[in-house]
Amino acid sequence: MAIDVHGVTKRYGDFTAVDELSLTVPDGSLTALLGPSGSGKSTLLRMIAGLELPDAGRVVIHGEDRTLTPARARDVGFVFQHYAAFKHMTVRDNVAFGLSIRKRPKAEIRARVDELLELVHLGAFGDRYPSQLSGGQRQRMALARALAAQPKVLLLDEPFGALDARVRKELRAWLRRLHDEMHVTTIFVTHDQEEAMEVAEQIVLMDDGRIQQVGGPRDLYENPANRFVMTFIGPVNQLGDSYIRPHDIDILEDASDGATEAMVEHVVYLGFEVRVELSLGDGERAFVQLTRSELDELELERGQLVYVRPRRSTVFSG
Amino acid sequence: MIARYALRVGALGYLAVLLALPVALVFFRTFSDGLDAVWTSITTPEALHAFWLTIVMVAIAVPANTVFGVVCALALVRRRFWGKSVLNLSIDLAFAVSPVVVGLSLILIYSRTGWIGGWLAEQGVRIIFAPAGMAIACVFVSLPFVVREVVPVLREIGTDQEQAASTLGASPWQTFWRITLPAIRWGVGYGVVLSTARVLGEFGAISVVSGKLSGRTETLTLRVEDRFQSFDLTGAYAASMVLALLALATLLVMNLLKRKEA
Repeated sequence: MAIDVHGVTKRYGDFTAVDELSLTVPDGSLTALLGPSGSGKSTLLRMIAGLELPDAGRVVIHGEDRTLTPARARDVGFVFQHYAAFKHMTVRDNVAFGLSIRKRPKAEIRARVDELLELVHLGAFGDRYPSQLSGGQRQRMALARALAAQPKVLLLDEPFGALDARVRKELRAWLRRLHDEMHVTTIFVTHDQEEAMEVAEQIVLMDDGRIQQVGGPRDLYENPANRFVMTFIGPVNQLGDSYIRPHDIDILEDASDGATEAMVEHVVYLGFEVRVELSLGDGERAFVQLTRSELDELELERGQLVYVRPRRSTVFSG
Repeated sequence: MIARYALRVGALGYLAVLLALPVALVFFRTFSDGLDAVWTSITTPEALHAFWLTIVMVAIAVPANTVFGVVCALALVRRRFWGKSVLNLSIDLAFAVSPVVVGLSLILIYSRTGWIGGWLAEQGVRIIFAPAGMAIACVFVSLPFVVREVVPVLREIGTDQEQAASTLGASPWQTFWRITLPAIRWGVGYGVVLSTARVLGEFGAISVVSGKLSGRTETLTLRVEDRFQSFDLTGAYAASMVLALLALATLLVMNLLKRKEA
């Protein structure tokens, strides 16, 4: 295993950011630490990097106990949300930093930096300063810088959080491809479940400083371990004690067994998908996802009375 | 439109009346007795000594306060320690306390009858009425400038870049020289310029501790007063002009460095 975290705890005053957490990350995997803000995901990442010291527990990287090793000796690449670009250095010097600290020969540094700048599509920008780059370019530079000294582990703290939606989408796909090429064990932190689902092989879903569930994207969506996972990953309706995905509800025109009466409040067109918002008898609300053709068959209108029947619902005990 | 021009004229007029005009008059008045008189006046052994002593004061106080200022600013912004607010307050004390009071307090400590002055005198070390005491006074009055210029810059750059450097393998020392210092260099630069100007112009504390011995403990500011009191107006104006030129040179060096950067 590339990274083993054993019973790690981190407190800030009265607040427990990470609570006796244990986690294993396989070699060469691409893992997302997902959770709402304040769930402890960034703190966990920073403890793996050595930027924070845990109050209890151990961090083992490639079989060696690194709990007390300073960040500089951990062979870890780290990418910050706000790039942390060295503003007084050119792009080339930024990328070369880790290698020049390690006193590698000049020619070797130049070759490696050229190779990395090509990899992150910044070949023509080597002599610019970070202030002359866009956000996406800066983050790619930061990634090249983190990869330069060939770290054993690559850690990214909300790497796309400060970028606009379009660039974020591009960089996600690009990170995924990069990982397929380089196979360096990668962990990234995100609060965006779509981003985690799209990029990661393994998702670690956190809340309140604890892990709620670990699994593949499909696993988390289809077999949520608890109420939190069900509501955090993907859209959900709550009817009484049961949770139902909006695509797991049938809309019927006539009453039948197990169906409840409902009134159509809104029909929202979202391209291929249509969202039907319903109000149920006892003041509850629900929404249903349909395709355009399903809607056309039903011919729904605002104010119309229909019957809804869950195809599949989940009840959590306790 | 009119309001904007009025504002400009007002600001420039204010500066002209209070600053530019008096300084220009000093230059003008200096040369009213002719170049020879000025040259003679600024090349007497006493004048040259005052010039060098002023430079020595700058050469001691400014580097000392630059190193202290950067270390102190780093401690104030990046560390938590016991007595931090006391340190913060005592730095501003150097701003708040009148230089004359600083001078008197140094006498209380270092004169023959002072706290440790007697013991020092037995060791053959002389502080009061000697350049050593003047240097201490200069360090004291110019203490806050570098700290106060660097603290806000350090706050603004944050710790991201330093943390990035450490994950890339840099030791704290390497991080300081290659990341932190370049990032705060303009703050340090302004602090140095302000400290230099402050030491060049220092009068109150130095006049108390120096004893104003012409040719021995007299800096340029003290010489201006000495010449003025002796009705040697040319001498007073000439020394003032040298002081003003030193200050201008400091600003010029700073501007050249900045231009080179851009």
